[in-house]
Amino acid sequence: MAATDATQHRIEPLLERIPEVGRIPAGSAIEARLERIWETAPGWRGWLSTVDHKTIGVRYLVTAFLFLVIGGIEALFLRIQLAGPDMAFLTPEQYNQLFTMHGVTMIFLYASPVLSGFSNYLWPLLLGSRDMAFPRLNALSYWIFLFAGLFMYISFPLGQAPNAGWFNYVPFSGPVYNTGPNIDVFALGMVLLGISTTVGSINFVVTLFRMRAPGMTINRVPILVWGTLTASVANLFAIPAVSLAFFLLWLDRQIGAHFFDVANNGQPLLWQHLFWIFGHPWVYVVVLPAMGIVSDALPTFCRRPLVGYTAVALATMATMLLGFGVWVHHMFATGLPTVALSIFGAASMVISIPSAVAVFAWIATIWLGKPVFKTPFLFFAGFVALFIIGGMSGVMTAAVPLDWQLNETYFIVAHLHYVLLGINVFPVVGAIYYWFPKFTGRMMSEKLGKWSFWTMFIGFNAGFFPMHIAGLLGMPRRIYTYPSRMGWDEVNLITTVGSFIFAVGVLIFLVNVVLSLKRGAWAGANPWDAPTLEWAVSSPPPAYNFATIPTIASRHPLWEGRIEGEREHSRTRLEEGYLLMRGRETLGTSPIDAKPVVILKMPEDSYTPFLVGLFVSLLFVGLLLHSWTFTALMAASSCAALSVWMWPRRKLGQRTTGYRSASAERGGESP
Amino acid sequence: MSETAQVVRQPLPVGSAGKLSGGWWGMMALIVTEASLFGYLLFTYFYLAAQTVQDWPPGGLPSLLIPGINTVILLGSSVAFWVGERRIRQGKAQSSIFGFIAAIALGSAFVAIQLLEWRNKTYSINSDLYGSLYFTITGFHLCHVIIGLGVLLLLLAWTMMGYFDHKRHVAITIGGVYWHFVDVVWLFVFSALYLSPYLHRG
Repeated sequence: MAATDATQHRIEPLLERIPEVGRIPAGSAIEARLERIWETAPGWRGWLSTVDHKTIGVRYLVTAFLFLVIGGIEALFLRIQLAGPDMAFLTPEQYNQLFTMHGVTMIFLYASPVLSGFSNYLWPLLLGSRDMAFPRLNALSYWIFLFAGLFMYISFPLGQAPNAGWFNYVPFSGPVYNTGPNIDVFALGMVLLGISTTVGSINFVVTLFRMRAPGMTINRVPILVWGTLTASVANLFAIPAVSLAFFLLWLDRQIGAHFFDVANNGQPLLWQHLFWIFGHPWVYVVVLPAMGIVSDALPTFCRRPLVGYTAVALATMATMLLGFGVWVHHMFATGLPTVALSIFGAASMVISIPSAVAVFAWIATIWLGKPVFKTPFLFFAGFVALFIIGGMSGVMTAAVPLDWQLNETYFIVAHLHYVLLGINVFPVVGAIYYWFPKFTGRMMSEKLGKWSFWTMFIGFNAGFFPMHIAGLLGMPRRIYTYPSRMGWDEVNLITTVGSFIFAVGVLIFLVNVVLSLKRGAWAGANPWDAPTLEWAVSSPPPAYNFATIPTIASRHPLWEGRIEGEREHSRTRLEEGYLLMRGRETLGTSPIDAKPVVILKMPEDSYTPFLVGLFVSLLFVGLLLHSWTFTALMAASSCAALSVWMWPRRKLGQRTTGYRSASAERGGESP
Repeated sequence: MSETAQVVRQPLPVGSAGKLSGGWWGMMALIVTEASLFGYLLFTYFYLAAQTVQDWPPGGLPSLLIPGINTVILLGSSVAFWVGERRIRQGKAQSSIFGFIAAIALGSAFVAIQLLEWRNKTYSINSDLYGSLYFTITGFHLCHVIIGLGVLLLLLAWTMMGYFDHKRHVAITIGGVYWHFVDVVWLFVFSALYLSPYLHRG
């Protein structure tokens, strides 16, 4: 068949070819050639120019963890201040800035970027590809994230950090009540960060639809991929709302516009709508990929595939779809019409259905499997428990009358920490334990691992469960101190002690990371005997990921032939596959059934992402300083760097090859 | 679910082949998020317009003549670009240049007329709520037109340098769809800012 096809077409080798198929034995000369094609230059050149998704993924993870530590230290300061009544450890203004930066750091600079780190590192490995769809965009996304994070901390040392809470309600954040640079830093920083999130999301969406190994039909992709895909699609629709809100606020503050200005017919409630239209989907953006991590990794420790793959995948998407229709539950106490409250309250309760589907799938997987109690399993099982508690308090606050009672109290703080730490931090730490051998080639210590889990789990519950009680006792959020006669002393002291125990648990984990990097036992390619594709390559994986592009025949390519009830001729090919090594190449496949449709040329390492990221970030510095010439200069520099980036290249098949084909000779000139 | 994986052996396109390229898909995703941005801008407009106690628009109904002509000019630019792209697909890269030049000229005319329209306004971005909305929304759109013109200029230069033929011209396809998107967005902006007050008053 191949031969007849070849004769029917006049093949122009640069534009069309039959992909070569074969094997590349480890250690062969041909493998060395592949390594040279994909490797990054050593030294600072490679450091600034690399587009390797694995390097970018690790950078995301490390940067996000640094922000986690910073945000955590801020939280400890807050807890010292609240440990007892009438404390004067922090001034009210310091308290405001610290709790705002704690929220900003955790929600925007840790929770989502850390998941982008996992997904960047793992996606091409899970999907059987050699890189993401847009490697340079991937690098840009990281650089802007880093610069936006630094930007938002730019005024912190001056004592002028954002101080109006992470959701930054007007009019308090408006020009009348907040005259310093605090809010401008936050507003511009959020628009900048939005660029990073948006380009990252575009990359994930296109990667899913274009870059899967042949045979990996849409119903065979891991749940982590479903989670990140759902989050990314949501970002495309949701990020513009928050970027616009912050930009309009900046216009109000700096140009004298009137969007939120009550005195001139502006509407403060517009801020809340725009913010929560973004904000609620964002909650799912920072949890769905983490739930995906558990759905993929938990089965490894239960020694059986996930129960209800299709239901969990559909529940993931249903959660997000409903998540776009519940933003008003953050606004129950703003005086909206009762009909609106009823509809949004009902929608908020309905969302518990897809969440419950996932929970029961995990419980069933543990129940029907043969659990192996390694550290990652403990974190994933702990996550399920915390998710149930956080979910229950969520359903409670979805009820409008109860929400009126609980709104703006510590009950909400308890709920959101159960949800965000429970569904994000616990899976993330478990995922580090799980994939650390893949990232580094070494195992983490089990002994320290178990210590870190139990310390974190006990500290977390001791720290955050009493907050429910503080809330029911009427303690409001965001107060910097309280008098002793309110009856809140004991719960607050317990919370503070618990938060420090939790911090010790995180510290044990970080110590484990550092020690294991140096002294961990060597891991093979697949130390957990896991089913998914990333474990088919060496640890750490080579620059090109897969020597040959594999062909996939099931959801668990490494467990084929071992699962009861599975038809025996389901067979994934890992050794023999497409070679694709005329420069950086990988296979493009069709969106649903993953049939090969194109040989994709991948770009080399490049400085342009770093430069574009730098210029765009400096542009925002210009806006912050009202230096319009500098802003214009940076805008021009960004455009110039983008033109270089986008310049069509013959090597990537973006330009005419100059090859005179029959139709061009007939039809016209060939330049 | 279960079959033996087959390795397909037939010729496949190499590199950025039209709508098989990553860039085309990336542009589609960018358009989704940009369309959302304009959606939220118009939501802001209608939300504030619905809540205001002022007459709306405060300065009376807007004149439709010049913005109407400008709308036709911008749509003409889209058509000119489409013609140019068609010539490239037919293998006539040289004659496509005229289509692109016309598209750029019409797009620039739109920007010039829009700037004149701005100058003739009696309000500004910080004079009142309507001014804030009007200049922010049309300003967002104008920024997109100017960026689009930059893209068109690059595409024109690349075409003149002989980069594209009927087989490989993915940059034209991707840049073109962005330009059409910017033009379609104007129809929504125009309908919201210029036409909807008539519906309301009528």
